[in-house]
Amino acid sequence: MTMLAIWNIDWQTIADATALGGVYALMAVGIGLVFGVLRLVNFAYGQLVMAGAFSLALASQWGWPQWAGIALCFAVVLALSMLMDRLVFRPLRGHSPAVMLVATFAVAFLLQSIALLWFGPLGKIATSLAYLNRPITISHVDIRKITIVAVVVAALCLVALALLLERTTVGLHMRASSMDFQTARMLGVRANRVIAMAVLVSGALAAVVAVMLTVQNPLVTPDFALRDTIIVLAGVVLGGMNRPIPATLGGFAIGFASGLLGGALPTNQSQYLPTFLFAAVILVLLVRPGGIFTRARVVERV
Amino acid sequence: MRRLAWLQELAGPALLVIVTALLGTLVSISTQGYFTDTLVKVAMVVALYTFVGNSGVLSFGHISFVAVGAWTAGVLSVPSDVKPAIMPNLAHMLRDRTTGNLSSLALAALVGGICALVVALPLMRLSGLAAGIATFGVLEITHNLLRYEEKIGPGLNAFSSVPETTGLRQAAIGALVVVVVAFAYGRSRFGRLLRATREDPAAARAVGVSIYRQRLGAFALSGVLAGLAGGLYVHLLPVNTESVYLDLTFITLAMLVVGGATSLWGAVVGALAVSALDSYLAVAENGSSFFGAKIDLPAGTRVVIVGTLMAVVLILRPNGLTGGREFRVWRR
Repeated sequence: MTMLAIWNIDWQTIADATALGGVYALMAVGIGLVFGVLRLVNFAYGQLVMAGAFSLALASQWGWPQWAGIALCFAVVLALSMLMDRLVFRPLRGHSPAVMLVATFAVAFLLQSIALLWFGPLGKIATSLAYLNRPITISHVDIRKITIVAVVVAALCLVALALLLERTTVGLHMRASSMDFQTARMLGVRANRVIAMAVLVSGALAAVVAVMLTVQNPLVTPDFALRDTIIVLAGVVLGGMNRPIPATLGGFAIGFASGLLGGALPTNQSQYLPTFLFAAVILVLLVRPGGIFTRARVVERV
Repeated sequence: MRRLAWLQELAGPALLVIVTALLGTLVSISTQGYFTDTLVKVAMVVALYTFVGNSGVLSFGHISFVAVGAWTAGVLSVPSDVKPAIMPNLAHMLRDRTTGNLSSLALAALVGGICALVVALPLMRLSGLAAGIATFGVLEITHNLLRYEEKIGPGLNAFSSVPETTGLRQAAIGALVVVVVAFAYGRSRFGRLLRATREDPAAARAVGVSIYRQRLGAFALSGVLAGLAGGLYVHLLPVNTESVYLDLTFITLAMLVVGGATSLWGAVVGALAVSALDSYLAVAENGSSFFGAKIDLPAGTRVVIVGTLMAVVLILRPNGLTGGREFRVWRR
């Protein structure tokens, strides 16, 4: 620990960084799954999380019980992701990545401005799960309950997802599709079904992320989760976009790194956290453009 | 006449810019601002096109060169007597120097180009998504540094007291300069080589084209143009770090893709079409009448409509309004 002590890192920072890594890992899987089947970088993913967070805030404003708020959050996010798939992703399927990316930009822009119109720039506060913010003390280290919940929930979700991908037919279809969509279709994988499934799973993960992020940050504004999406996207590309596991590890790594950096930087430099983080991202990309967690260096056709 | 057929590819975009500027002289002073702003956006989008359109590689980082240009021109043109009040922590070298309008624009272009070149030296080795994310990183870093580094600018504050020299005329001339440079580059040997790498990288490589070098040159040139556009922008309105960040990145990229990313014509048409719609709705939100129609929209609907229309255009015409083709009245 002496080394860590010099860098001003304590167990609390490590715990928080792990929790952030867990949440980012879930977002990374959400983005990675859709990328796998559609080759589409869904920039509007953060706005799904934002929509979920607003549902939670509204539910707590209306005095709904916790479970109802969480159910509403899931319902809204899942409905929204299905809509996105039908209205935007499906017509654009097979177009150039640039067009698809800019289209998801437009969707993100749209959802954000709708939220701005509805809820105003100041946002709303989601209070129903706030008790999870209280700390508990484990051997002189104060840890917020949400930190533990986030780590456990992220781990459970990832295990469930691994089981889904490895042990079920639809998981097999998804993995096959993300390797080679054309061939998978020729071998009898139903394109629409596997895409809908990926979009749904990714939506469900967005809802989980929405619940956890609102506990950590109860003030929900229209640009909620926007910064997180950008950082997670960087993480996903760092890890390796093509496969779920490297993408997840990339998401975790960038969340963990950003949590650690946030704790390690002296206070007069902590405002430069994005600079350090993205400089590291660029450096890693230069060394391993195909991703850190991919096995062989993929020879990309420019 | 036939030999001059290529000239129409320049004449189309240039005429559009001139017509926009002329239309701007016909309206009231308050509405004129929208036309000036539109022309500066044209300059930004064409700068973006110079790299993205010709190379086929997405860049999210170009607005950082706009920002750098704006900072350069802004810091150098704030009158020296008010400088200490607005930017108390400015470095001595910058505090003592103030330049005129034209030289501040030239320096903005120069600094934009140098930054782009420095960034491109390592980054142009990347391609695809890795390149996209790396350029995003550049935007984040630039935004972060400009926001907190008060030695080189106003930090969190806006650039107030910069002489507002970007009127309709300066914006139009600036946009024309950018269009002509982009056109000349596109016609040049280098522009053609870069487009060859976009169409078929393997074939281009096989005939000895260095993809890295071609992209490097284009990135630096588009950095020069973006820096100039940033200079024009800071002379138009009090720029702060938020006005040259994500929103501007999205809107300029969207303009480019909506117009048709692979042609200069598309870049100009996209910038004008989206700006026109956006300004029209902005005026409508204020409840005043504009070009005959009088509508009264609740505040905020503008962005919703623009976002929806952008998505619709992309879904119906994925290659953009122009289909990514250059302007031609008659075909050779």
